[in-house]
Amino acid sequence: MTSLTLVRRIKARPSIVFDALTTPEGIACWWGPDDGPVLLAETELRVGGRFRVRFRMLDGSEHESSGEYLQVERPNRLAMSWRWVGGEEDPGESLVEIDLRAIGEGTELTFTHSRLHDEATRRSHEEGWNGALDKLERHFLEIVERKSP
Amino acid sequence: MVNYREQLDRTFAALVDPTRRAILTRLEREDGASVSELARPFAIKLPAVMKHLDVLADAGLITRSKLGRTVTVRLSPEPMREAMDWLRRYERFWSLSLDRLAAYAEGKEAEMGEKGS
Repeated sequence: MTSLTLVRRIKARPSIVFDALTTPEGIACWWGPDDGPVLLAETELRVGGRFRVRFRMLDGSEHESSGEYLQVERPNRLAMSWRWVGGEEDPGESLVEIDLRAIGEGTELTFTHSRLHDEATRRSHEEGWNGALDKLERHFLEIVERKSP
Repeated sequence: MVNYREQLDRTFAALVDPTRRAILTRLEREDGASVSELARPFAIKLPAVMKHLDVLADAGLITRSKLGRTVTVRLSPEPMREAMDWLRRYERFWSLSLDRLAAYAEGKEAEMGEKGS
């Protein structure tokens, strides 16, 4: 199962971080990898409620993602399903989990995006292989890094 | 042209098998080997190795060239790079977004501190 985990220490209390993650006003201020604008942010913050966010990058490309809130425990935990809408990025559904822990100076945020590329995993199982995609990822890294100039 | 996603699926599927990964690792070290050289370390017969090579070639991960009676196999790393790029795109998206989230939340915290005092 391919997954990605990131940890950030933020000098703000968990409730502020949680609201930044879940309110349209908050999302509009940070969502996306560059300073391109958030064009639309909708959140229905309850278990079973949906979110939808569309943003434009500085290169002019627009991207939209949506999903369903699976766990909403303000201010400590948020889990949601994730899907890119209408893009060729990845039509599959994946899982985003965010844990917020109060620490001395503010909040430790642990972010995990998992179940990436389930389709490949599923196929490999069907063909009788062990879907060891984590190992695979390391293998990619080794080869690609050694091959890079 | 094979679409991007099909290519990714093929790359991932081809790489899930340990024998094929071992073949690629070896090609990465040696920059070209004959089919019989590649088959030697494995406890499987030559036709089975040929099948693995077919899968790798279909995924674009290797190229084969024939000179006389010898087929030389070489690594073609581009599909792997694409698969890595695909994973790294997620990492990049979230890493940069979370940095921005942190800056925003820290600004909010500072605002609240000012109001409170």
